[in-house]
Amino acid sequence: MPARETAAPPSRRGRRAARAAGLVTAVALLAAIVVLSIAVGAKAMPLADVWSGLLHRDATEYAVVHRMRLPRTLLGLLAGTALGVAGAVMQALTRNPLADPGLLGINAGASAAVATAAAFLGVTAVGGYVWFALLGAAAVTALVYAVGGGRGATPARLALAGAALNATLYSYVSAVMLLDTASLERLRFWTVGSLASADSATVTRVLPFILIGLLVALGAARPLNALALGDDAARALGARPALIRAAVIVAVTLLCGAATAACGPIVFVGLLVPHLVRALTGPDLRWLLPYCAVLAPALLLGADVLGRVLGRPGELQVGMVTAVLGGPLFLWLVTRRPVAQP
Amino acid sequence: MTVLRTSWGLSLRFRPRALGVGAGAAVLAAGFGLVALGSGDYPMGPADVLRTLTGGGTVAEQFIVLELRLPRLVTALLVGAALALAGTVFQSLVRNPLGSPDILGFTQGASTGALVVVVLGGSSLALAGAAVVGGLGTGLVIYALAWRRGVHGYRLILVGIGVAAILTGVNGYLLTRAPLMEAARAVLWLTGSLDGRGWANAGPLLAVLVVLAPLVLVGCAPALRMMELGDDAASALGVPVRRLRLVLLAAAVLLVSFAAAAAGPVSFVALVAPHVAKRLTRSPGPNLLPSMAVGAALLVGADLVAQRAFAGHQLPVGVVTGVIGGGYLVWLLAMERRVGRL
Amino acid sequence: MRPGDSRLGGTALTLAYDQRTIAENLTVAVPDRSFTVIIGPNACGKSTLLRALSRMLRPSAGAVLLDGRDIHDLPARKVARTLGLLPQSSIAPDGISVAELVARGRYPHQGLLRQWSREDERVVEESMAATGVDDLADRAVDELSGGQRQRVWIAMALAQQTPLLLLDEPTTYLDIAHQIEILDLCARLHEEQGRTLVAVLHDLNHAARYATHLIAMRDGRVVAAGEPASVVTADLVAEVFGLPCRVIDDPETGTPLVVPAARRRATTLAPEPA
Repeated sequence: MPARETAAPPSRRGRRAARAAGLVTAVALLAAIVVLSIAVGAKAMPLADVWSGLLHRDATEYAVVHRMRLPRTLLGLLAGTALGVAGAVMQALTRNPLADPGLLGINAGASAAVATAAAFLGVTAVGGYVWFALLGAAAVTALVYAVGGGRGATPARLALAGAALNATLYSYVSAVMLLDTASLERLRFWTVGSLASADSATVTRVLPFILIGLLVALGAARPLNALALGDDAARALGARPALIRAAVIVAVTLLCGAATAACGPIVFVGLLVPHLVRALTGPDLRWLLPYCAVLAPALLLGADVLGRVLGRPGELQVGMVTAVLGGPLFLWLVTRRPVAQP
Repeated sequence: MTVLRTSWGLSLRFRPRALGVGAGAAVLAAGFGLVALGSGDYPMGPADVLRTLTGGGTVAEQFIVLELRLPRLVTALLVGAALALAGTVFQSLVRNPLGSPDILGFTQGASTGALVVVVLGGSSLALAGAAVVGGLGTGLVIYALAWRRGVHGYRLILVGIGVAAILTGVNGYLLTRAPLMEAARAVLWLTGSLDGRGWANAGPLLAVLVVLAPLVLVGCAPALRMMELGDDAASALGVPVRRLRLVLLAAAVLLVSFAAAAAGPVSFVALVAPHVAKRLTRSPGPNLLPSMAVGAALLVGADLVAQRAFAGHQLPVGVVTGVIGGGYLVWLLAMERRVGRL
Repeated sequence: MRPGDSRLGGTALTLAYDQRTIAENLTVAVPDRSFTVIIGPNACGKSTLLRALSRMLRPSAGAVLLDGRDIHDLPARKVARTLGLLPQSSIAPDGISVAELVARGRYPHQGLLRQWSREDERVVEESMAATGVDDLADRAVDELSGGQRQRVWIAMALAQQTPLLLLDEPTTYLDIAHQIEILDLCARLHEEQGRTLVAVLHDLNHAARYATHLIAMRDGRVVAAGEPASVVTADLVAEVFGLPCRVIDDPETGTPLVVPAARRRATTLAPEPA
């Protein structure tokens, strides 16, 4: 849903400046949340200690900061960015404000593949999950697009295909969990979506996939803007719809597969952040994507910090926090404005 | 379309094909039921089963068929019919084939209620009660949120998706809070299972169906058919749109909640049964009665598969409905170039 | 106008969606057996007025009166037997046939034990004949052209057998030939069956040609109401639409014909863009 400008439209130059200033503010916000994420944890630490732990190898806090909090924060940054950008390009590609890697079954595909790996192939480390998650995400993205997409696809048809795949795959995941208690023990934590198991190996493992995915997605921003006007209009403007689709599917697969492998299926970030951001920037992807890339990790890390603070002495999984935090925001959004039919 | 008329002004209209589909599905359900009653650790032929049902057979056979297997079968029939009826009503009300209780969040609400009982500890009766309360509570929340400017079909879906996402997060969290054994029980319940269901499970659902099915089938069906033309057109034809929608939503939520209390949130029956019925009857308009018969046959058949598919392993029925139902829907979307309007 | 001349009208209506007020203190009357057309620029409140008159929108103040009673005090079915509406957006269920769709117009006349009487059958056939869709009876509605589809929806509204029929922009999205076809159909229904018609139309010339009574609105107010010849003047068009124009006699019908004023031509042609 494109945001409606309520005030009189400012001049183009003024808008650009406002958007750029907004982006800088968003980056500052993210930086503040990153600091919080490193500083706040199950063990409360004064900022000075965190600082010395970060810099001095011999400081007592070095281990906590470097082994746990730093990788966790980095993973949150990566996964948040991946999910937010994937959601935004998915929504643009399908012209469907409800398109979300979670709702279209892509995260479920990654989950099903990971469950298979965990239960039958004896894969237990997140490092091993990545390839399976990518495989699952790729298979589902291709399938959901082949079934519900292609020429003459309507947004709703795609969503229906996604819902069908979601239900099927989650049935499969629960079947796996039921047949094998050991998998249940591992997967029930993973399926909520959590950053708790992050270590530097996980981060380095998913980093290349997410970086490539981000580059492809950002590169597709301009042609996707053209595609938003419809295939014919896009062709008239010199874009190549088939190529753009393929690129976006590759990007979404990389982003969602890697993020899901590392932290489990986190559903809401990809749906919510682009929605919120569109109210700030309008539908232009060249602004929308950078904003999403900054604000989505801010949301994810913020939720993670909140989960650590609220859940003391343990913690609340970030997937649960984003759902409870983002859900009402989403509801407010959809009840606030008149809803356009797809 | 066939019409029956009498001299004193009575006229009844029905579609022979829809009637045939309903009867066919009912016969199929009965056939599945007969096989189900005869299968298990003590196998019996259909003739023996029939003899036992009509009062013959040994005391042991009487006990096995009437006390052990019949309650499970009756529960399956009722749950299938109730879910299908609710699903048809939802899809018709929101004019969207996606409008099933799984996607609108009612199922998740029932699950949340049940999971709270699992975590806090409680009897199976408390669990069933909590499922009903959870489903109804969710229904109220969704209705209240979607109420502004009248409950618009599309807004209801958006709100439902939002609520479902929140509750999925909460459910995942609750699952991690339970001890492992309880978590296994909870996953079993969340998948939907007919294992060990007795008359105590079937009873309340039967009572609800006896009251609500006539209300919906006789009282609301003609008006519901008018609602398919759009709110304005239905209203112009004299349908009290708002009141009807409230009554039907309440009925559907009650049906889903009690079905979930009886067998857990069996996935996909509510979504698939109406589609199957619609395809078979080739009739527009809500095919309420054929859908109910299809739903009952679907669930009994799925339970049969769940019991017999893997030697030594009994799968919960929800796994089978999820895989069959999801697979069917994907196939449907792939085969049919033109899918229902959304 | 004497009060007895109008079965349908609104007094001191305030019409609003949520907090957005569209019209205040609006009073209108639909003359019996007229073909009333409501005109006005976009967002002047003409469709909102029609929605209020057809019971779709409850006025936040004032009342819509049908046969002297507040329309919201009457049972929905009773209203539906007196007043029909062709909404702007209707949805044809998937795969429904023309005859089935038209038959749904009989809903307000049916009951649990009276699902499909001979009367119903006769009225549906007559309605399809009157709108010229009887040849299409068994075709699926989604296969039809826009003009055909609109006639089917009108047939459905006719099958409702209401003395009053309200049409919300019945010619939108149709090409010019189909627009005229639909308006001719409306005029015929008005003349031959004596129904009172109320329509919202965009095209001023169509309104002037077909209406027997015009209501011109702007910014939620009724600017003028009466016969087309007295309402459609150059001054009024300028006031309501902000369009400078001349009004001449329609060479076909003698009704007023609005001819927009020509813009001044540029003296030299601009060079072609590179």
